Amino acid sequence: MFVNITCKPGTTRNIETGSWRMGLKPKFLHKNCKACGLCAFICPEGVIEGKEKNTFYCYYNYCKGCGICAEECPGQDIIMVEEGEKV
Amino acid sequence: MKDFLEGSHAVAHAVKICKPGVISAYPITPQTHIVENLAEFVASGELKTEFINVESEHSAASVVLGSLAMGVRSYTASSSQGLLLMEEVLYNIAGLRLPLVITCANRAVSAPLSIWNDQQDSEALRDAGVIQLYVENIQEAVDLHLFAFRLAEDPRVLLPVMVCMDGFVLTHAYEAVDIPEESEVDSFLPPLELREKLDTENPLSMGIVSDARFYMETRYAIQETMKEAIVIMPELKKDFIQITGRNLNVFFESYKLEEAQKVIICRGSVSGTVKEVVDEMRDEGHKVGALKLISYRPFPTEELYRALKNIPLIGVLDRAISLGSSGPMYTEFKALFQGKEGTPKISGFIGGLGQRDITKKHVREMFEKLDGEEITCEFINLNVEYLMGARKYT
Repeated sequence: MFVNITCKPGTTRNIETGSWRMGLKPKFLHKNCKACGLCAFICPEGVIEGKEKNTFYCYYNYCKGCGICAEECPGQDIIMVEEGEKV
Repeated sequence: MKDFLEGSHAVAHAVKICKPGVISAYPITPQTHIVENLAEFVASGELKTEFINVESEHSAASVVLGSLAMGVRSYTASSSQGLLLMEEVLYNIAGLRLPLVITCANRAVSAPLSIWNDQQDSEALRDAGVIQLYVENIQEAVDLHLFAFRLAEDPRVLLPVMVCMDGFVLTHAYEAVDIPEESEVDSFLPPLELREKLDTENPLSMGIVSDARFYMETRYAIQETMKEAIVIMPELKKDFIQITGRNLNVFFESYKLEEAQKVIICRGSVSGTVKEVVDEMRDEGHKVGALKLISYRPFPTEELYRALKNIPLIGVLDRAISLGSSGPMYTEFKALFQGKEGTPKISGFIGGLGQRDITKKHVREMFEKLDGEEITCEFINLNVEYLMGARKYT
């Protein structure tokens, strides 16, 4: 007997890991951003995008709220805020 | 072709004619001669195989996991500590439904360190989803390796198959063996075709996460396949016999069970000694017999029940122990008769750990003990002098 134990690459997108957040989410302040791109580079989930200064954002459907981006942002332009707060 | 070969070399010859595309292994006594010989075949150009040297057994198992995932026939071998180091990967190979053939040259497990033979190492892999076949002699080792490739790769099975052969007693002993011709093997063993494999043209994710909604079904599927293998194995055995002209037992071998009153159940090379005692005792007029178990996983419950149901006194000889319980094979056979009518008296013996001798005298003593009270877990041939220095608190 066999059950399906493989899948097509990319199907992990179907699993929206944003629900794993435990109360905090990153907020991109868009004030002091130098477009160094470190946040996008170090995000373990690869869900931060942006190009120009003060344009970076993340996909909250997938962000697990680990807070590494806020910890590492050289300009302190990302902070972790309560889940309910408008971002 | 008949040849006079060391057990390990005979296995290497059998693997060679099955033409695996990848072999990866790490040396460990008493398995080393097998892969050493295969490495020689590769070096001399006799065998066109990718032989991958690695730094540990964990890596060896991981390499063959990868090559099998690519749909390439693969082989590895190990013993004892090496096999335990492979364990994590072997569970994965079974879970990923990859048809690895692996030889276990059975050896005791540390500590204390022992390079000698018992069956504790493969016993530790009992629940991994690996099919386990135990061999009695070198010819059986050769034949069951060929059978193992066919069984593992059968599209209805796709599970790893481990051929367990007693270290030293079989791996380092010489015997005249019949190695089939390559053309015979080619007609018995078709090229490996996996329905799903890693392919850059057609990408696929393997080894994915399975949450609580799906995990249990993957285990259920393996359990069902183990049951299906009980039906499939005799089919493949017929093919083997037709092609080689040699008989092959795949579940167990019944030895003089007709009208037997007392039977010893055993596994591996010790079966030769047990059979010899059966012959002698039969000549003396005792109604005794033996049953040599070959397929431990899957455990052929119905077939074993049919073979043993009229035997009143049974002894099970384990060459491994589930510490804190009893002999692992003993519990299987107790469970086999649970709730059945006319349950026989079943006694359990532990013997031959770390290559302690099991002589004809000990086998005779076991047969005699079957007349007395049922024994759960009795060690045979203990070194009493050594035990005199032991501390005991109850």
